[in-house]
Amino acid sequence: MALESILFWLFAMLAVGGGVGVVVHPNPVKSALFLVVTFFALAGEYVLLMAHFVAIVHIAVYAGAIMVLFLFVIMLLNVQEESRLAGVWGFMRYFSVVLFVALFVQLGYFGYQGFFGAENVPLVRETEIGTVEQIGTALFSQYVLPFEIASILLLTAMIGALYLSKQKLGLGEPARAARVKEALHEKEEAH
Amino acid sequence: MLSIPVHYFLILGAILFGLGVVGVITRRNAIVIFMSIELMLNAVNLTFLAFSNYLNNVEGHIFVFMIMVVAAAEVAVGLAIIVAIFRLRETVHVDDIRLLKW
Repeated sequence: MALESILFWLFAMLAVGGGVGVVVHPNPVKSALFLVVTFFALAGEYVLLMAHFVAIVHIAVYAGAIMVLFLFVIMLLNVQEESRLAGVWGFMRYFSVVLFVALFVQLGYFGYQGFFGAENVPLVRETEIGTVEQIGTALFSQYVLPFEIASILLLTAMIGALYLSKQKLGLGEPARAARVKEALHEKEEAH
Repeated sequence: MLSIPVHYFLILGAILFGLGVVGVITRRNAIVIFMSIELMLNAVNLTFLAFSNYLNNVEGHIFVFMIMVVAAAEVAVGLAIIVAIFRLRETVHVDDIRLLKW
């Protein structure tokens, strides 16, 4: 077995295992950590697909920025473990299995068959298209307008997030302050 | 030439996408639902890159780049909304947040 195959199976198992962990673990913090495992494994798969630029950006953006944001919010909100994992509709758990199988047949099996029927199964090839140079050339010549629009989208999202988090919501500030004071008082009395 | 068939990546993408769907449907914590959506986006990215390699075309990589931009924007706004809901309701359990449901 070639080294690439071993790496593929290793990363694939890590990715799927991490994905299962995200879905089944009741503690959101541990779900997030499983998601980090999945992201790193996927970065390995991207390297096997000769997508070097995407692999690096993936680690920087997902494993770096997005996961930090997730963990930050989870710990900020002090989210409890889910006691009602299945929600108000218990049958959703079984429905989701049915949906998983249906989606898998649609996406995976037919994709498999399309290639399996071919005379020679197409293998991943060594190309230069995933390098930083190629992506940069494409991004700043043919796709420069989408690139600029993406920057506007990011700016809009940043302003939106700032606006949402600066709003005063729910209890007014005095009421909230009073409640915090009360909680601190209770804590002191407990000691 | 690497010795991995292209459809292996497609099947891996399908499995991850299915796991994301299962997570969105079964989990009731809004943040975990967001993480499952990220899982689905990554499955799509993997499929894009597999086809990009198969067709020897750079456009798949550009799409993945754009998906990453949108995912980052979505997470920033989505988590801001979740924090706002938590400040208002003190919960992120989606069964308790159903003002806009029928």
